[in-house]
Amino acid sequence: MPIHIQVPLTQDAIKNLKAGDSVLISGVIYTARDAAHERMVESYQKGEGFPININRQLIYYAGPCPAKPGEVIGSCGPTTAGRMDKFTPLLLDNGLSAMLGKGSRTKEVVEAIKRNTAVYFGAIGGAGALIAQCITEAEVVAYDDLGTEAIRKLTVKDLPAVVLIDCEGNDLYVTGQTMYKQE
Amino acid sequence: MRIITSQTITDSVEKMCVLANCHMNEDIRKALADSVKTEKSPVGRELLQNVLKNADIAAEKTMPICQDTGIAVFFVEIGQEVYVEGDTLTEAINKGVASGYKNGYLRKSVVLDPIKRVNTNDNTPAIIYYDIVKGDKLKITFAPKGFGSENKSALKMLNPADGVDGVMDFVVETVKKAGSNPCPPMVVGVGIGGTMDKAAVLSKKALVRNIDKRNSDSFYADLENALLHRINKLGIGPQGMGGTTTALAVNIETFPTHIAGLPVAVNISCHVTRHTDIEI
Repeated sequence: MPIHIQVPLTQDAIKNLKAGDSVLISGVIYTARDAAHERMVESYQKGEGFPININRQLIYYAGPCPAKPGEVIGSCGPTTAGRMDKFTPLLLDNGLSAMLGKGSRTKEVVEAIKRNTAVYFGAIGGAGALIAQCITEAEVVAYDDLGTEAIRKLTVKDLPAVVLIDCEGNDLYVTGQTMYKQE
Repeated sequence: MRIITSQTITDSVEKMCVLANCHMNEDIRKALADSVKTEKSPVGRELLQNVLKNADIAAEKTMPICQDTGIAVFFVEIGQEVYVEGDTLTEAINKGVASGYKNGYLRKSVVLDPIKRVNTNDNTPAIIYYDIVKGDKLKITFAPKGFGSENKSALKMLNPADGVDGVMDFVVETVKKAGSNPCPPMVVGVGIGGTMDKAAVLSKKALVRNIDKRNSDSFYADLENALLHRINKLGIGPQGMGGTTTALAVNIETFPTHIAGLPVAVNISCHVTRHTDIEI
């Protein structure tokens, strides 16, 4: 049975999550992908801080399709998290506590997850229509000029995900794939 | 000579943009439904079911199956008796892409320059490959290609002596490296022969062949099956979370090549692998 979780997550809630757990995420999350990450880190390095308060927050690696009239958002599935690996340790060291995306992460990211008691969730890649049904509000909060790559504040209800890397560094991709390897 | 107005082409392309992005092809749907029955991982089975549920929602709401509605790739066969009146054929296709992506609420994912990276905001320009054929028909195949999987593609110039074993090892190695990133179960397009660039185009073209059709040459049909068998033993599974369904199909296309070479390109695609075509 999936575990219902509310974001932002407390440290205790993160400690209870184990790689492989199915979860349903509710609460407020922020989208950011390639271009937004580059800008956020640039802004931090210039001493200007981040455009949003990332403390204890969850970043969803996603760039949605435009919303049709009357809809909250268009298709909105996860993008490959690995492209953000270069920027992720800095964000985690500055308060970010959770990420939602797809695909494997570098050792540096896993180490940053462990030292900051953070968690990496996986959403179903290529299931953007299904995930859009879980988004009840969407609003651009930074970098509007980036279009689909802008930072959006999303309110989500029961968004289905799986714990990919837990705060102890256990990685579902490694354990899951080892279990079914036949060579 | 047969006259086709450029507006007819633009209108057809606009419709294809929405169709390909919002409606999963039957061959893919069937392969996914079949894999629910054979997948050994319970988590994997659940993921495959959700992927099918996602396709149902997309079709019902005319919503993109995946938010990465891709860069627009076209394979065009133009009969040499066809005359396009109005815009050039390339302009007509690009206009169709621009209106299809705008009016269809599809994501615009193209940047004008690979380094400077400013979005063109209408998903053009399209990538178009032309073949001039006999007759007075125009066949347009549209394949929106997402980059989660495109980024995991690879090309290698093998030596002739590497032979079929070298080809197999390179394909399997590329899939292994792709791992969880390209939204498995994947469809694997393989181009063998030609030149470096020809092999790459063939590997893309392989992805627009329905996955329930094997290569017409039995040697390559067997190779497709043997590769699929090896790939599905890798353990990657649905979404890379472990399982026995890593790929739905391997499609191979070939071309004559030079006595000194054996180019092999592997174009990785996801569990949606979209394409549609029209004949005007």
